[in-house]
Amino acid sequence: MAAAEAQTTPQAPNKSWHGVVLETLKRNDIRLVPYVPDRVLTNLIKNIHADPFFTTFPTAREEEAVGIVSGAWMAGMRGAVLMQTSGFATLANVLASLAVPYQIPLIMFVSERGTLGEFNYGQSLVCRTMRPVLDSLAMEHHTVTRLDELEFIVDRSIKQAITTQAPVALILSPLLTGGKVL
Amino acid sequence: MSKQANTSARNTKIMNRFDLTSRLVAKLKHEEAVVGGIGNTNFDLWATGHRPQNFYMLGSMGLAFPIALGVALAQPKRRVFALEGDGSLLMQLGCLSTIATLAPENLCMVVMDNGVYQITGAQPIPGSATADIVAIAIGSGLTNSSWAADEEDFERLIEQSLSPSGPTLIGVRIDDKPGTGQTRRDPVQLRESFMRGMGIRQGL
Repeated sequence: MAAAEAQTTPQAPNKSWHGVVLETLKRNDIRLVPYVPDRVLTNLIKNIHADPFFTTFPTAREEEAVGIVSGAWMAGMRGAVLMQTSGFATLANVLASLAVPYQIPLIMFVSERGTLGEFNYGQSLVCRTMRPVLDSLAMEHHTVTRLDELEFIVDRSIKQAITTQAPVALILSPLLTGGKVL
Repeated sequence: MSKQANTSARNTKIMNRFDLTSRLVAKLKHEEAVVGGIGNTNFDLWATGHRPQNFYMLGSMGLAFPIALGVALAQPKRRVFALEGDGSLLMQLGCLSTIATLAPENLCMVVMDNGVYQITGAQPIPGSATADIVAIAIGSGLTNSSWAADEEDFERLIEQSLSPSGPTLIGVRIDDKPGTGQTRRDPVQLRESFMRGMGIRQGL
């Protein structure tokens, strides 16, 4: 069970959820990965840093990262942004004024806080704003709960974002990642 | 004119956004990219005459430098210029730290400092009388940051930025005049044109 990963022996990198994400990014030539960190994303961020294929770095805010990957895509380099739920909540303006109207294939991975065992009330509230914002802009989004579906969802979503020039949010559920618990 | 406390900006001439933008564009001979921030900054860029290498930001206040950073990372051989207002930059000061850390050699940032939100009615920005944007940039790690004393000095700093020299930031004090034109508000065409200007897409 992927959900138990944090508590048990680490799996081979390419079999873990973060290994699948890393390999799928590479296979789709996504080289630029700015992020605002999240505990759940620790291994993914660490392994992306360790792989010279990627240009990866932290940004001060999530919308800054969105600006960076948007500029890079227009100049021929593919990117994806990593963040957590509360970071997504800062993005409504940039999604509505840059990514959607300029038709930019913004690829976002959102580690989902605020549900399935959340201990911080503020996180559980901000989580409830995420899907309504995505739906209000008619943005494609998927919540990934199962390791056996992860590669398909990530790979197809990246390809669809690029070919249709539309942003996508891939929400990584605690059912997939184990989430963060007290 | 009420702005600028006891900072190095005090000794700089008050210039004009359109005039400075025209001087910058006149120096570009190698398809350099130019990213214009929200409002007057990109209106004046548009008014200097459209180039396919220009990108005009119609929203997302504060993201001119991050967008330009993305372009600079994707195309390290191309010089990239970014034009941003002082109020816009205050929205995204953290990007200066990100850019200083990555230190792209091909990025030059210009901050148009009039101390006001001109487009919304010229209300003063926070810190208009006390903060020094160039000092903030230097404090963020962008050591190659300076105020342009006058138009001639601005042109000299731009020329320096045309050769690989690490990220540079130029602060310019400008008047409170509105933009000279208005960018055509067609995001898809603006983006498509820019992508052709960056050489990664053909027209239909």
